[in-house]
Amino acid sequence: MIRIEQIFRLTPPKKKILVLFLLVLPFMVGNYWSQILGDIGIYIILGIGLNVVVGFAGLLDLGYVAFFAIGAYGYALLASPQFGIHIPFWLMLPVCIAFGAGFGAFLGTPVLRMRGDYLAIVTLGFGQIMRITLNNLDPLTNGPRGLLRIDPPKIGDWIIDTPIEWYYLIMAGIFFAIFVANRLNDSRIGRAWIAMREDQDTAEIMGINVLKYKLMAFSIGASFAGLGGAIFASRQGSIFPDNFSLMVSINVLCLIIIGGLGSIPGIILGSIILIGLPEALRGVQQYRMLLFGGLLVIMMIFRPTGFIPSARKKIEFKK
Amino acid sequence: METILKTINITKTFGGLIALNQVNFEIKRGMIVGIIGPNGAGKTTFFNCLTGVYTPDSGEILFNGTNINRLKSHQIARLGISRTFQNIRLFNNMTVLENILAGHHCRMRAGLWGVLTRNKRTLREEKDSYAKARDFLNFVDLKGKGDRIAKTLSYGDQRRLEIARALAAEPQLLLLDEPTAGMNPSETGKLTQFVKRIREELGLSILLIEHDMRVIMEISDKVTVLDYGARISEGTPLQVQKDPKVIEAYLGCQEIIINKSNYPANIHSNTDLKSASLK
Amino acid sequence: MEYLLNPEILTAQIINGLTIGGIYALIALGYTLVYGILFMINFAHGEIFMFGSFGGFAVLTLLSNNGFSTTHPTLSILCAFAAAILISSALGAILERVAYRPLRDAPRLSPLISAIGVSIFLQNAMMLFTRGRMQVYPDIIPENFIEIGWLSISCFQISIILGCLLLMTGLYIFIYKTKTGKAMRAVAENREAASLMGIDVNRIITITFIIGSALAAAAGVMVGIYYTQINHMMGFIPGIKAFTAAVLGGIGNVPGAMLGGFFLGLAEALGVLVMPAQYKDLIAFGLLILVLIIRPKGIMGEVVSERV
Repeated sequence: MIRIEQIFRLTPPKKKILVLFLLVLPFMVGNYWSQILGDIGIYIILGIGLNVVVGFAGLLDLGYVAFFAIGAYGYALLASPQFGIHIPFWLMLPVCIAFGAGFGAFLGTPVLRMRGDYLAIVTLGFGQIMRITLNNLDPLTNGPRGLLRIDPPKIGDWIIDTPIEWYYLIMAGIFFAIFVANRLNDSRIGRAWIAMREDQDTAEIMGINVLKYKLMAFSIGASFAGLGGAIFASRQGSIFPDNFSLMVSINVLCLIIIGGLGSIPGIILGSIILIGLPEALRGVQQYRMLLFGGLLVIMMIFRPTGFIPSARKKIEFKK
Repeated sequence: METILKTINITKTFGGLIALNQVNFEIKRGMIVGIIGPNGAGKTTFFNCLTGVYTPDSGEILFNGTNINRLKSHQIARLGISRTFQNIRLFNNMTVLENILAGHHCRMRAGLWGVLTRNKRTLREEKDSYAKARDFLNFVDLKGKGDRIAKTLSYGDQRRLEIARALAAEPQLLLLDEPTAGMNPSETGKLTQFVKRIREELGLSILLIEHDMRVIMEISDKVTVLDYGARISEGTPLQVQKDPKVIEAYLGCQEIIINKSNYPANIHSNTDLKSASLK
Repeated sequence: MEYLLNPEILTAQIINGLTIGGIYALIALGYTLVYGILFMINFAHGEIFMFGSFGGFAVLTLLSNNGFSTTHPTLSILCAFAAAILISSALGAILERVAYRPLRDAPRLSPLISAIGVSIFLQNAMMLFTRGRMQVYPDIIPENFIEIGWLSISCFQISIILGCLLLMTGLYIFIYKTKTGKAMRAVAENREAASLMGIDVNRIITITFIIGSALAAAAGVMVGIYYTQINHMMGFIPGIKAFTAAVLGGIGNVPGAMLGGFFLGLAEALGVLVMPAQYKDLIAFGLLILVLIIRPKGIMGEVVSERV
């Protein structure tokens, strides 16, 4: 029997084909599906970020959307007519990443001493506070009317605004995110996270500064959301507080769990299932969330490690 | 010989329970010291105080002359005290080598920047760490099992992996909490020899909690006996064995001391650490 | 700020706070009971509350359509409560059996995700059923006001507060005076030991879910009668707030959840006197975060640390 994870295990020739395929994909499917692929792509970036927090470090964060919102509003405020500030997109990307990271560290410092469920619920609270604040901080955010006419990215005179152009930009973002996540995973930091996830007290006794690494995970995870937020805001052109509801946090969490906690191919598959499938199933749209809820339960019972579980690297006889 | 670790009057209470009562203790560099005592005597609490899991209510812990009372566990590990646990506590879903590498964490320095850029220093450090981890793997005789997931190892292998992980932290002082618990006589014998090797080849000082008197007799330079949190006796294994206070403390379980019986480890069940949860 | 000094408004807000606080408390009890025993957040508890509300709505609508409710208003309302409790309890028991029991020994994340799944499922099931429309509770008893001097208090509010207190007293007696209650506490303390002592742990867990769901159902009907409008999303915000109340009181702690509920209700009602009303929801979450940072064990501080 062929196992799902074997199909997705990338060998070098498979990789080449895949990259080629991804490059020509938007021309094969056209604008409509490129748009959807872009949606999926943003969720992949968010998923990779949240995976650092939940999958690597084992911290359950239900308020991830707060950092997504920080990135989006951070970009929108500094690159729209709202204040007449128009900082170029490319300059704003690192700024938004820093916004996310800084905000993650700021929120993380007081709460990361808590364990498990408490952390989950406090972060959920943060997510809600963020949305309520955006809704009511009229002078800054325009409240429910949102921020409009946000600048698109430009390269020289060329404005990136078609779904296909966006597809490539988002794809670049994904590759960047995967690159960073892989480097982290396969390092002293990544091992410290996993050890901490496995047994926090033992990790501390073995010499891992648990609080520091928790904060690092939280902050790095948040920086991915900052990146995703900036891309989201400039792609949409307008953002509203309701774009940043609890459902975003839950969707991202669910997609990494369905795909396989800790595994990047899993996140990609999870995003496709979660965001893409409902689009494909427009015919049964009214039942899709119903099916999705049921699927989560069934998944947890029958395949709790997700479709493509993460595997530990074999290293004894390498290098 | 210089003193590596010294405790002066350390006391630790939990509510009304006095787990450690004015314990004075000393271990010199290169020694193997055994700690024995009936169940609930405070042996594991003592280890927990030494490794920063608990902070003593009063008294001082001096490691190489510096007070480590208020240091956090990870700081103490970095200073050079490493330990194993009575109920094995591996990072279950990591591979064997990754467990050892996690133990080596506190001797590595790569930060976020180094990890993301994979600069020369980081790459060299990773390479050296892998090599060291493989050395420790071989040292504890787990060669060929490096890529197994830790929880799939046999019980004896898990115990050895735990020691390898502790050694990978490159400590000066190694604390072993009942390393032979649950082992049969032949495994126990091998482990005893192994502990000796650790001292001889790596030059560590070793402090071990042990219920099996044969092990204690064979490898300890000195034995400390705890009962109800207080040190009631100390000396060479032979001296301690004859101490009436020790015999009294074991309340007629003299067979243990005379080391003929075949239930040395079992008489003290393995529950005392399980219930003494870490903070 | 000046509202805070006006005795009329202040009293009215205190009563509002106690009313909503009692409802929070009833829902919070469900969270706390389940958490106390299984150490899981029953994320779908808000939906159980919502189903209870709809159960009461269905019965009341039926009874008011055939005129029974005009002749026997009190009996009708009791019927609504009974139906709501029946539906929610059954739902709670089924959920436990289907979505949570198979995951009892799984990593902590699994039951939480499963609960999120259940929550989404139930919300959407109700949305399909009601076509997403707001439903209006039939007007069975007109809202009367009691006038005491300058003070006028709604009978609804008084009945809700009294009803909540009554249910909580009942629960308290059940937990601390009956054999089943003792078994529940034993299971919460140590599931394995309780099982070795001959307690049927599965039965006790089912009972816990049933009790928690029944209380949520009662809260659901109260909300329906008091606010009159209900929809499929109604469980979400009260659910999170009730969870906050449970945490405020020290999750797993039954009297704590009751106090936490009233405390949160009062804090919200009084908070809107000093800050813009649209920030009301911030009070709950702000309090939650503050309490968890300053006093991680909750106000009543029972031991809730994760088991090592």
